[in-house]
Amino acid sequence: MTTMITTQHRLTLVALAALILTSLTLLSVPAHAIGLDYESRSISHAIRQEPPDLNTTTSTDTTSSMVLDHVMEGLLAYDRDNNLIGGVAERWELRDDGATFWIRKGAKWSDGSQITAHDFVFAWRKVLEPANASEYAFILFPILNAQAINEGKMPSHQLGVRAVDDYTLEVTLFQPCPYFLGLTAFSVLFPVKESFYQSRGERFAADAEDMLYSGPYIITEWVHGASIKMEKNPHYWRKDEIWLERIDIPYITEDANARMNLYRDNNIALADELVAESLQGALQERMQIKTFLDGAVFFIEFNFRDQHVTRNHNLRKAIQSVFNTDDLVYKVLGNPGSYPAYSLYPRWIKGVNDLYKREYPPIKPQLNAERGRQYLEAARKELGVDRIPPLTLLADDSPNGQKTAEYLQTLLKQNLDLDIRVDVQIFKQRLAKMTAGQFDMVVSGWGPDYDDLLTYGDLFLSHNLNNRGRYKSDEYDRWVGVAQSSLDTRERMDAFNELQKIMFRDVVIVPLYERGKIFVQHPRLKGVVRRAVGGDPNFNFATIEPPAGTAR
Amino acid sequence: MIEFILKRLLSGVITIWFIATATFVGMHMVPGDPLANAKAMKPEIRRNIEARYGLDKPVWHQYGIFMGNMLKGDFGISFTQKNRHVNDIIREHFPVSALLGVMALVIATAGGIVWGALTAVYRDRWPDGVIMFLVVIAVSVPSFVFAMLGQLGILAFNDLVGASLLPVAGWGTFSHMLVPALVLGLGTMAYLTRLMRSSMLEVTSADYIRTARAKGVSPLRIFFKHQLRNAILPVITVLGPSIAAITTGGFVVELVFAIPGLGRYFVQAVQQLDYTVIMGTTVFYGAFLVVMVLVVDILYGFIDPRIRVAKSAA
Repeated sequence: MTTMITTQHRLTLVALAALILTSLTLLSVPAHAIGLDYESRSISHAIRQEPPDLNTTTSTDTTSSMVLDHVMEGLLAYDRDNNLIGGVAERWELRDDGATFWIRKGAKWSDGSQITAHDFVFAWRKVLEPANASEYAFILFPILNAQAINEGKMPSHQLGVRAVDDYTLEVTLFQPCPYFLGLTAFSVLFPVKESFYQSRGERFAADAEDMLYSGPYIITEWVHGASIKMEKNPHYWRKDEIWLERIDIPYITEDANARMNLYRDNNIALADELVAESLQGALQERMQIKTFLDGAVFFIEFNFRDQHVTRNHNLRKAIQSVFNTDDLVYKVLGNPGSYPAYSLYPRWIKGVNDLYKREYPPIKPQLNAERGRQYLEAARKELGVDRIPPLTLLADDSPNGQKTAEYLQTLLKQNLDLDIRVDVQIFKQRLAKMTAGQFDMVVSGWGPDYDDLLTYGDLFLSHNLNNRGRYKSDEYDRWVGVAQSSLDTRERMDAFNELQKIMFRDVVIVPLYERGKIFVQHPRLKGVVRRAVGGDPNFNFATIEPPAGTAR
Repeated sequence: MIEFILKRLLSGVITIWFIATATFVGMHMVPGDPLANAKAMKPEIRRNIEARYGLDKPVWHQYGIFMGNMLKGDFGISFTQKNRHVNDIIREHFPVSALLGVMALVIATAGGIVWGALTAVYRDRWPDGVIMFLVVIAVSVPSFVFAMLGQLGILAFNDLVGASLLPVAGWGTFSHMLVPALVLGLGTMAYLTRLMRSSMLEVTSADYIRTARAKGVSPLRIFFKHQLRNAILPVITVLGPSIAAITTGGFVVELVFAIPGLGRYFVQAVQQLDYTVIMGTTVFYGAFLVVMVLVVDILYGFIDPRIRVAKSAA
């Protein structure tokens, strides 16, 4: 009995000592990140989710884009004002039937080897190979034979891309593609070095050491779900223009309040995508709250399929006549940073020489409930019914989706005595019902895939799969054809304006709002670039001002 | 004993098979399309992706493939994290959840036993009232509220001392775990407190306590040697399921404190209909629960001599 007790005691003592020792060792490690540091030229940032896919040939999401845009560079790149400039290519030429890119001598991979034209040929073929299952493969379809390769009808070496020599890349286009240069700055068209890809096999881009970098930074550490560390790439050809030495991402959380708290504790330099609730504290502490439009435009889409009363033009006109987007945005949604939308085209998009909305202002509907009721009366007669049957309004279960649906329900009842059945679904199910055509109206949205107005303009093309209301107009399709193939900017912008007018005239959509992101940023952090297309935010041009009292 | 363990293991395997099958069926019955994205896919592109994940085959065939791979211990590639095997996700993130869970459980068990014993000793007096009131709060307030309050508390604390002593969020050191573990363990602690209280009260009126008192054993010795030891038994019974609940139920805490645990992946997988991750994590957690319950049953025998005696007598 005595011996047993002593053994027990001894065990307890050992366990206690071990516990105390481990706690002490663990505690001695610095436990928190520092938002920004001028001396070491480093910043910390928090992202919403683990980057799902850093393989450039398959990646589609914005978080991965954000990381990729720091560590990779394509033929062309964006400068701090979001203008296209030379990247790996130092010269280029775009023609009706193709393009030529001259690769910069001295543009190197992070292993020190030269980036060659072959790396682009390999990457683009890989994107299109059916086994690679790339969702964004369609972006390459303007290239000769691309679609046939992706459908498995042709081997990938027949793609219209050729390395004339190490420094010359020759592209053959199957149809004119006025926005092709912009595509080359997009991650799907980034280079991949064949020998490196083969050496990694299935593991390619699965971890930091399974990637080869062509951009300003390299990933030095990637702990899945927890953190990413990026450091300046010593082989990057333009490294002297990159000021920040380190970009740390020590936190990954979808919780906006947590990001705000991290910012308040000076653990991160920028707290992105905040929600209205987390701003209370920020306002009290007199932080400067910033906003930017992320490119997503929201609207009500109608169902043009047979048997849906929303096919009736006068019915849609009636709804357009009573809908007040200003009220929705300012009184109902109340999201700081969002703006009322009057067109499918966002307000920041460029036209010929100026902003598009200044050169081709959208038509704003005249609000008139009396007029609305006249349209409704006409619709009722055309449809041959005593009363318009209840309309199904589909929306997703996001706060904005639900609020919009409820607002619309009340508005249409009050002004037009229309009955609306609101059908709230989770996002994926909302999409499934849209695709199946199970709706009369739907609260929907659209964000850009690439940097050209066409990514918005061709949305209601009759064979576009995203045109889920099945709107069909030969006139619309014709103008999209012009915008797709003309190399003359003025002619293209005119065509986009015709599309804008048709969307209003036919009431293809009722525009709702342009979504804004709210964020707070350390006052000494400068040069952060926000982008609606591709990775956002971008720190490639960021600098830190010295703390007050330090000589420059 | 061996026969008992073997029997339980067999029923465990059947349970896991059932869980896997039920999840597979349920998952495929949930409306929605796992490949659906904001952007519609051209049919040829969709075909390529379906082929990659084997979705082009009939469902029963998919089930067969899944079961075959599961026996080999391979859960496949995630739908949303395109470069990652589900096995890697579990291997990398479960230890985080487990460590946090064990911390939370230690706090919960220690707290539950101490508070529960205290309420029983001070029955119907003010400490009992105060603790039981707090218990009701801890049971009824959802964990995301405590998580948020905990984080704001850290901020206020750091403000007060003028330095970032406790990290607001993140993972990697002991100090990262403290508040999240406390928040995570709070609900279980409250539950254990109540359990401990009632079991203590039951023991107090037992014959052997009266005998001990009559023998003149000191109250302190009665408390530790007789009351506590006997009252702890029911608490240990619920520990098994609690371990599973805590290590799986950390989703909100992991989200708020930016902790790279498996709970986050589990919930996100369900939201995004990530078939392979749903199957992998569910089966893994199911197996984990089965094993934990078994371990507790075996431990139970060691702690309570009466069970061993009953068995050997029979």
